[in-house]
Amino acid sequence: MTTLSTVPYTLKIGRATREAYGDALLELGRKNRDVVAIDADLAKSTFSWTFGKHFPERFFNIGIQEANMVGIASGLASSGKIPFISSFAAFALCKGFDQLRMGAAYPHLNVKVAGSHGGISIGEDGVSQQSVEDVALACALPGFIVCIPADEVSMTAAVHAAAAHQGPVYLRLGRPKAAVVHEAPLDFAFGRAITVREGDALTIVANGLLVAQALVAADRLADRGIHARVLDMHTVKPIDAEALARASRETGAFVVAEEHLHYGGLGSVVAATLARTTPAPIEFVDLGDRYAESGKPDDLLRKYGMTADAIISAAESVLRRR
Amino acid sequence: MPATASPSIEQLESIARTLRTHALRAIAAANSGHPGGSLSAAEIVTALYFGGVLHHDPKNPEWPDRDRFILSKGHGVPILYAALAERGYFPVEEVMTLRQVNSRMQGHPVQGMTPGIEASTGSLGQGLSIGIGHAIAGRLNGKHFRTYVVLGDGECQEGQVWEAAMCAGNYELDTLCAIIDYNRYQLDGAVEDIQSLEPMRDKFAAFKWNVLETDGHDVQAVLEALQAAQEHRGRPTCIIAHTVKGKGVSFMEHNNEFHGKAPTSEQLQVALAQLHGSQESGVRAQGVSG
Ligand SMILES: Cc1ncc(C[n+]2csc(CCOP(=O)(O)OP(=O)(O)O)c2C)c(N)n1
Repeated sequence: MTTLSTVPYTLKIGRATREAYGDALLELGRKNRDVVAIDADLAKSTFSWTFGKHFPERFFNIGIQEANMVGIASGLASSGKIPFISSFAAFALCKGFDQLRMGAAYPHLNVKVAGSHGGISIGEDGVSQQSVEDVALACALPGFIVCIPADEVSMTAAVHAAAAHQGPVYLRLGRPKAAVVHEAPLDFAFGRAITVREGDALTIVANGLLVAQALVAADRLADRGIHARVLDMHTVKPIDAEALARASRETGAFVVAEEHLHYGGLGSVVAATLARTTPAPIEFVDLGDRYAESGKPDDLLRKYGMTADAIISAAESVLRRR
Repeated sequence: MPATASPSIEQLESIARTLRTHALRAIAAANSGHPGGSLSAAEIVTALYFGGVLHHDPKNPEWPDRDRFILSKGHGVPILYAALAERGYFPVEEVMTLRQVNSRMQGHPVQGMTPGIEASTGSLGQGLSIGIGHAIAGRLNGKHFRTYVVLGDGECQEGQVWEAAMCAGNYELDTLCAIIDYNRYQLDGAVEDIQSLEPMRDKFAAFKWNVLETDGHDVQAVLEALQAAQEHRGRPTCIIAHTVKGKGVSFMEHNNEFHGKAPTSEQLQVALAQLHGSQESGVRAQGVSG
């Protein structure tokens, strides 16, 4: 039985990506005095507090008011600051959406949004706190970069890339400790997929926690002589169309795996991209069109089918369709 | 179904202890949940469900004339599950499946899944608006049910709470009663340090509410405030219930570490001993029926 914590012996469990976010933000704060952080009463959970305790004059825990937080970030960015705002992804995106639209996307401002506890792997708190639509919402904001790093190494790189980028960025952070799938220093750029496993039988495109699961699945498929390529598609927007087209030509079939609703996430973007360039059969590993529930992260990922096992079944069906 | 005759204040106090026990046991079993804000609301929930205030029918949760209860601070739901179970909506044993996969005892309230739960909450700031909808529907249908909404103080930092406050005041919704669990803490620390709400009383009064303040752990005082709310005409009532986060367990009181952390099994034993001491078996034998 594959679980969240079941990863190959070659992978070690690292920090949660939210913890890596806080550490990277602190480093950024030391280098750049224009970096300002805001949180909405979840600073200890999002790890923005790592920055906050070092730079109290540049940190604002404004209380439970996410829409206000986004609006303040819009003003800060308009006045030349680089605001990093954080909360649970469910609240930052859902409660701040109009403010993100009018105050960040439309004027194309330098607002960086960190949505923590993405996906259902937040676990016991249940649906109200589980962000399963944030990627769709963020992708619906023109000009936003939308990035879901898989581990501490890529999260650190993504935070620095977000600061270097002129324009709005959405980063999704995760609650559980994440397997380390990349080696530091990582050659990282938004919009450029990272090939974490070479293969020619099919391509597994994944992001977030599902990258480690994809590697577990690829190992098990390899035992059966099926060599799957694994792409860490950390950036959903702009998508790496070139890596997808190449994978399509070289492998001819896809499984897309993400911790998100079926509609509007990585799967939708991959399918739309391939349809225009190099169509190929695709199977999807995601939450589907439903909400989950409370439970231990591993129990939920199993029940709702976002595991290496689910990726293997999807690979089997897509290979039958090739 | 009319509210049943209320038990004595002493009985109500013992019921509050029983609810605390269930809530803490469930949170400890889940090793996850929010003890602090569950415990601070124990007397409020006790007064509503056992003090003859709420008209409801556990055998018929959809009864159209029932009074509505909305826990807007959804993370405090263990204390509500405890009350609903003791009232017969579902077995007490089911409460102990809190936060586990395939359980109806979700980490935050879910409408349509758990009997007695009137609104899906957990994203703070939304319950009062839903309460307004019920109150307006009652008025339109010529019904006389009342609607009660429990909010956290930190929760009142959300803008929607004040949109709702403005609306309820202007619509003169006197069947609506907001109760604020004013325990002075939120997730990251003290409300006063993070984003002060003061002067709270004046704010609600300025939004045309009848405002009452009470000791939220004095069941008698809470009942009197609820009674006064019922009698007030022409304005909604806001009861600012002054409470202590973690009330009833010495090491949880005023200790915000237990905002969202479960007690260990050793801590649970200490907590249960403090809550009931040697009376526990007696209290359970008495039960909370009535
Ligand atoms: C919209 C929203 N933002 C953030 C949270 C995370 N959160 C859960 S409880 C809590 C603090 C609530 O404080 P308060 O209302 O005072 O409740 P209490 O202290 O009684 O537990 C926060 C910020 C949430 N549930 N909803």
